[in-house]
Amino acid sequence: MNFTLKIWRQKDAKSKGKFEKYSISDISPDCSFLEMLDILNEQLVARGEEPVAFDHDCREGICGTCSLYINGRPHGPDDAITTCQVHMRRFKDGDTIVIEPWRAKPFSVIKDLIVNRNAFDKIIQAGGFISVDTGGIPDANAIPIRKEKADQSMDAASCIGCGACVAACKNASAMLFVAAKVSQFALLPQGRIEAKERVQKMVAKMDELGFGNCTNTYACEAECPKEISVEHIARMNREFFGAKVGGRKNIKK
Amino acid sequence: MTKLNSKIPEGHISEKWTHYRSNQNLVNPANKRKLDIIVVGTGLAGASAAASLGELGFNVKVFCIQDSPRRAHSIAAQGGINAAKNYPNDGDSIFRLFYDTVKGGDYRAREANVYRLAEVSNSIIDQCVAQGVPFAREYGGLLDNRSFGGALVSRTFYARGQTGQQLLLGAYGALSKEVAHGSVEMYTREEMQELVIIDGRARGIITRDNVTGELKRYFGHAVVLASGGYGNVFFLSTNAMNSNGSAAFRCYKQGALFGNPCFTQIHPTCIPVHGDYQSKLTLMSESLRNDGRIWVPKKKEDAQKIQKGELKPTEIDEEDRDYYLERRYPAFGNLVPRDVASRAAKERCDAGFGVGPTGLAVYLDFEDAIKRLGRDVIEARYGNLFQMYEKIVDENPYETPMMIYPAVHYTMGGLWVDYELQTTITGLFSAGEANFSDHGANRLGASALMQGLSDGYFVLPYTMQNYLADQIKVPRISTDENAFEEAEKRARERLEKLMAVKGSQSTDDFHKKLGLIMWENVGMDRNKEDLTKAIEQIRNLREEFWKDVKIPGEIDGLNPELEKAARLADYLELGELMAHDALQREESCGGHFREEHQTDEGEALRDDKKFSFVSCWEYKGEGEKPEMHKEDLNFEFVEVKQRSYK
Ligand SMILES: Cc1cc2nc3c(=O)[nH]c(=O)nc-3n(C[C@H](O)[C@H](O)[C@H](O)COP(=O)(O)OP(=O)(O)OC[C@H]3O[C@@H](n4cnc5c(N)ncnc54)[C@H](O)[C@@H]3O)c2cc1C
Ligand code: FES
Repeated sequence: MNFTLKIWRQKDAKSKGKFEKYSISDISPDCSFLEMLDILNEQLVARGEEPVAFDHDCREGICGTCSLYINGRPHGPDDAITTCQVHMRRFKDGDTIVIEPWRAKPFSVIKDLIVNRNAFDKIIQAGGFISVDTGGIPDANAIPIRKEKADQSMDAASCIGCGACVAACKNASAMLFVAAKVSQFALLPQGRIEAKERVQKMVAKMDELGFGNCTNTYACEAECPKEISVEHIARMNREFFGAKVGGRKNIKK
Repeated sequence: MTKLNSKIPEGHISEKWTHYRSNQNLVNPANKRKLDIIVVGTGLAGASAAASLGELGFNVKVFCIQDSPRRAHSIAAQGGINAAKNYPNDGDSIFRLFYDTVKGGDYRAREANVYRLAEVSNSIIDQCVAQGVPFAREYGGLLDNRSFGGALVSRTFYARGQTGQQLLLGAYGALSKEVAHGSVEMYTREEMQELVIIDGRARGIITRDNVTGELKRYFGHAVVLASGGYGNVFFLSTNAMNSNGSAAFRCYKQGALFGNPCFTQIHPTCIPVHGDYQSKLTLMSESLRNDGRIWVPKKKEDAQKIQKGELKPTEIDEEDRDYYLERRYPAFGNLVPRDVASRAAKERCDAGFGVGPTGLAVYLDFEDAIKRLGRDVIEARYGNLFQMYEKIVDENPYETPMMIYPAVHYTMGGLWVDYELQTTITGLFSAGEANFSDHGANRLGASALMQGLSDGYFVLPYTMQNYLADQIKVPRISTDENAFEEAEKRARERLEKLMAVKGSQSTDDFHKKLGLIMWENVGMDRNKEDLTKAIEQIRNLREEFWKDVKIPGEIDGLNPELEKAARLADYLELGELMAHDALQREESCGGHFREEHQTDEGEALRDDKKFSFVSCWEYKGEGEKPEMHKEDLNFEFVEVKQRSYK
């Protein structure tokens, strides 16, 4: 198969970027999208040009490292998969494919298609955990948990932290990401103890880092490669307002 | 010569760890914050170690290559984690888990370490549940277990097909908690380049900031290497693209011994190779073997027709199918350990019975399971794996059998460590896949996650204190010291040398060539002639690499080609070391299969008299043959037998 690629090139955070056009031919339909970029990069190296920098690691849809806006959609044309799981058979021979980095204020471009997502780590550090230290823990079966709840918690915990939700949102809101973590713990007895502080601290940090508000467009859910549901946002809102009414005041940012 | 002391505590195997902990030195709580610890890696081993050491009050700095600690390769583990809880009441115990792991490793692991692993396994599950890891549960609300290859009991805990992800996110949560507390500092996109040694002790590292290209110096009273495995030496493996052996290899070059480098695990259930542009291989979790049946056609004609696309697997009658694992190993059937299953698949394909367009694949069939249990049950158990398969291969495994073939998956070899997980460099510890320890010559399923977390949560926080107790006398050493200067110079010169080659072939060109040499000669079956040839070929390739590699871009700033080339430079030496190790080991054991040493039935034939030891390799300088030392393995508590899964 043959393709025309329009790829965002940007030397570093300070430089201005622009689109460059490349043509690529003889691509097998069974080739993955990132393997297609590997082939392009091999050709660029051979020509003495700098290869296109993009983030990737596991290449099986679990680490959340790959990103890319492909023809205007985070993670490309299919629902419920990451860029690294897209195969070229998904495109038509001769297609022009536009490839951009995540575009969101809190995710600045580092180079070409690579962005800085450290903000997500900061939100988790604000409270996205259960405060237990290692050791001295009662038996794992001491607290039975309804299977249904555990399964829902697992649905939320499936978030891979890729940032597609933020990239998809016109307000660059991180609500789905935050809600997934809040909801995972809100559904479990272990996580209830700190639930109020957790949601307040995480939301405060999200605001502080410049993520926008949620205006319920649900673009995040539609583009989430792990199909994390906006129901988790509803649960988080309940937690958040519950915390405001009954929770501890003066939570430090 | 380096003296190897494995420091195994006295006493009965079930008392060694308790005995150790009761008598070890501890650091006064008030002094802990005066002690700096560097942890390289944020996988299960690194993240759990950094978090636990931070909780104790030490001053921890932790490093990873990815943009976030949560993305370490551990995230990709699918199937599960073992523990001796015996919740299903099916006869499990700490001793049995210990025994199975020693036997599974074909009696090439150190008893005392494996026993400790089994002993702390239960605490890992308790810890993870407390952290909010949503393990699979039964309707009664209690934790669910399943069985995994090589075990007769159900002792594997899992979170759908994403166990590694959930465990890592648990450890990442603990790590984030400590970052928030200020006891741990996190450095992302920073790659360790060199170890700094002062007066014979590990005292720091040099890193490259992969965004700016800047080299940076860090001091630590002790250093923990939890940098993962080196399976990518084969180019194609199930490891993530950034997994690499460089951090460990550079410690080897500074004097740490490397244990059992040739012990590589080839996993039986991976998606077969489909083209030369392929960048990595995808694992299909071993749990699939619980319900899937593995077969190839009985008749060669059928296999040939399938290869040409003239016949479909569903058109082959039951009596014309060869369920070769069930045939050869009636007791364990499809659940034999990985090394046995992999070799059996290769044997069938080499004999001409393989399927798929390349003939290098076998079927993993769920037809019977779907009939017996219903599609719903199969979907609940393996839905996400089936979906993953379909996305990659474009075939529906509910309707047509999956095709699988063995692929490189895990490296049992790694830095040699003693009972305390300390390497032969004082003050340098190693945890997780980066060390050689607990799996002997073959790792059983669901035991790497257990080992990584055991090392990080429950072993290092104790054993490191034994070392650090008297280090309180050592004030923080300035990174302006000569040793830092020199280590940085080594790192800079290596990178400059790579950039200066300005040759004509890309790093991947070389990596693919190395991978092929490794797969064909140092892969699933090995013999003296091929190994000798491979050493020669790797040397030539290495020479060519240093004359002709082409790295575009600049040394400063983000340059993925330079990162890859620097890692490949180490693989080009590590590959040779693996071949030397495989050559000296004139026996077959676990994943190491020497064609010259097999039983009449084609099973691995160990030679316990001559080879019941860990081979520990010492670096002797560039171009020199490394020297091998031996740690003898003594089995006091398990009877060493020929492994049988029949
Ligand atoms: C697809 C797949 C499925 C698996 N499934 C299972 C399973 O079901 N059960 C099981 O028990 N095991 C499984 N395993 C094996 C298991 O996942 C790994 O062995 C284990 O996770 C390794 O953990 P680790 O912490 O040692 O290293 P890793 O998770 O590999 O982490 C290495 C860390 O070191 C960092 N690092 C490396 N080099 C440097 C450097 N130079 N400088 C700074 N940082 C560096 C990396 O950034 C990373 O943070 C699976 C493996 C694969 C590939
Ligand atoms: S590279 Fe890991 S999710 Fe795509």
